[in-house]
Amino acid sequence: MDAVISQTFAGLSLGSVLLLAALGLALTFGQMGVINMAHGEFMMAGAYTAFAVQKVVSDAGLSLLVSLVIGFLVGGLLGLLLEVTLISRMYTRPLDTLLVTFGVALVLQQLARDIFGAPNVDVRAPAWLSGAVSVLGVDVPKTRVFILGLSIACVIALSLVLKLTPLGRRIRATVQNRDLAETSGISTRATDRLTFFIGSGVAGIAGVALTLLGSIGPTLGTNYIVDAFLVVVVGGIGQLKGAVIAAFALGLLQATIEYSSTASIAKVLVFVVIVAFLQVRPQGIVSVRTRSLA
Amino acid sequence: MTRTSTRALALTAALATTVGLAGCGAKTDSSAGSSGSAAATGSSCVDTSGDSIKIGFLNSLSGTMAISEQTVRDSLDMAADEINAAGGVMGKKLQVVAEDGASEPTVFAEKAEKLITSDCVAAVFGGWTSSSRKAMLPVFESNDALLFYPVQYEGLEASKNIFYTGATTNQQIIPAMDYLKEKGAKKVFLVGSDYVFPRTANKEIDAYAKANGIEIVGEEYAPLGHTDFSTIVNKLKGSGADAVFNTLNGDSNVAFFKEYKNAGLKADSLPVVSVSIAEEEVGGIGVDNVEGQLTAWNYYETVDSPENKKFVADFKAKYGDDRVTSDPMEAAYTSLYLWKGMVEKAKSFAVPDIQAAAGGVSFDAPEGKVTVNGENHHIAKTALIGKIAADGLIYTEWSSDGPIEPDPFLKGYDWAAGLS
Repeated sequence: MDAVISQTFAGLSLGSVLLLAALGLALTFGQMGVINMAHGEFMMAGAYTAFAVQKVVSDAGLSLLVSLVIGFLVGGLLGLLLEVTLISRMYTRPLDTLLVTFGVALVLQQLARDIFGAPNVDVRAPAWLSGAVSVLGVDVPKTRVFILGLSIACVIALSLVLKLTPLGRRIRATVQNRDLAETSGISTRATDRLTFFIGSGVAGIAGVALTLLGSIGPTLGTNYIVDAFLVVVVGGIGQLKGAVIAAFALGLLQATIEYSSTASIAKVLVFVVIVAFLQVRPQGIVSVRTRSLA
Repeated sequence: MTRTSTRALALTAALATTVGLAGCGAKTDSSAGSSGSAAATGSSCVDTSGDSIKIGFLNSLSGTMAISEQTVRDSLDMAADEINAAGGVMGKKLQVVAEDGASEPTVFAEKAEKLITSDCVAAVFGGWTSSSRKAMLPVFESNDALLFYPVQYEGLEASKNIFYTGATTNQQIIPAMDYLKEKGAKKVFLVGSDYVFPRTANKEIDAYAKANGIEIVGEEYAPLGHTDFSTIVNKLKGSGADAVFNTLNGDSNVAFFKEYKNAGLKADSLPVVSVSIAEEEVGGIGVDNVEGQLTAWNYYETVDSPENKKFVADFKAKYGDDRVTSDPMEAAYTSLYLWKGMVEKAKSFAVPDIQAAAGGVSFDAPEGKVTVNGENHHIAKTALIGKIAADGLIYTEWSSDGPIEPDPFLKGYDWAAGLS
């Protein structure tokens, strides 16, 4: 029973990491149809931000909270920069965006190597996050509880923004029918930029969260980019709800398989399940039935 | 002509020129390559006529292993500079050709081929993961060239084209198991990265455990670069182990120790013996995550000998006071001096002459005096079990009685019969 609880938690925790990585992508890829291969590098930028902040603010707890804010801004600004300079010229050419952003990802990785060095760096976790807390009689690491909470908070914040704020309405309008939104007086260009800012900012937050779990290196982004895309595709493109369900489902699936076999086999089987699922339901878990031609 | 057919003609012409040029390039490459591979009996292209001799350094400067291999490159560079300052090898200055293995075994094999057949180096120094060594082995054997491999590995290999200056099984893994047995461990949990070294090492540990009354309560593998250890640490907690033997490599160590600490496990109740964590990795993992844990090597920066004091001082002077020295770095440094010794004894740079003269060549290395075993191309090394201290350095807890003769095929151990 203990094993079931601790594995369920491990699955939820894995899911929350996937969710944080995929949430921003769900916005940019899902809402805007932009394949941003540099999304992982925005996460890396957030992680390195946490490292840099900790050099200035030596208290690990304070630096964590400060890094979350600054990481959001850093990620967002990087995304905005990318959007304004490159992606805005390529909205009608998705394959070109894929290649260009892949190139940008490599450039960012090398930049990180030049600025911070190739070896990995370490960010100290705050003392109030070290050790474990007892949930249902099982010890679960506090850092993972924190990340779970953070991911849920991000989802709630994002859905509130989308549902209640004028910006959110403009984003939804642009996604549902770009031309109609344009003719209704919405500046789709400005909306796109803001969407990209928010999506990449969430990636920055994800990067900060990752510093609690492992080491930070220039190739951090490459570990998560594929999983992030998988979550978005399985969840249904354009559906935040779908991304949430998909992230936790995949996390739980991987944790369950990994318990009775090895990590390598678990990854393979998860891919197999995803491929099989997409054969049966290519539109993903949650999809909107629209009458649009696109 | 119409516009389309002019364009088509121009395109075809451009294509033809490109193919032609590429073909020219390929021709010179393949001729060099074929002379290299046809010369399995040793008509190598190494140029010993001038006042310098080329050697190759092949280490990962990017990718998941860069954290470890960059340090080996630094100590190799220092050794080359020292040798050149002292007059070179047989009066010839060393000219280093440096390549990046990018943490990919296929890249290692490719760059090794380039260094041997195209740059015509007299010897190559480098490699780290056993996968990279296994990928390079056929390249060195088919070209009859020499590789000096400075990292501890799983044994069961003794190529006449490789000199192994890192520990083999009976100089590192077995003494570590001896230490755990001495400390009373009865249930050991094995965790490692999923490639040849941990898999083979764990087979050897299984055999040792059966013969010595120790129970292996878990054997988990994670892909190289894997960073989610919550499941594995959960399994560890549930296994009832009293010690862990850790063969994880690269970034995975960071994630594993963070998870171990977050799960509330402690080094004094559940010690972890690692064979891939040295002074360099301790900084990247974070000292508070690994303080009090054990390591098994044959050299630590804290080894108390005049050669080591000079080695550490010179290294810090060259690269900065905050740098540390580790076993693979020391083994790489030693390997360059051993090659120099072999060349001077053989009075030749030719591979067959070096192979014949290698046995018995010795060097006063920072770890102590080492001597090459001419039969299996390894060196005798003393095993040291160390504990990671709060200052980030590793201090010797236990050492074997003197240098252990290398026995890569474990012929001297009855319980190892049947391992291949």
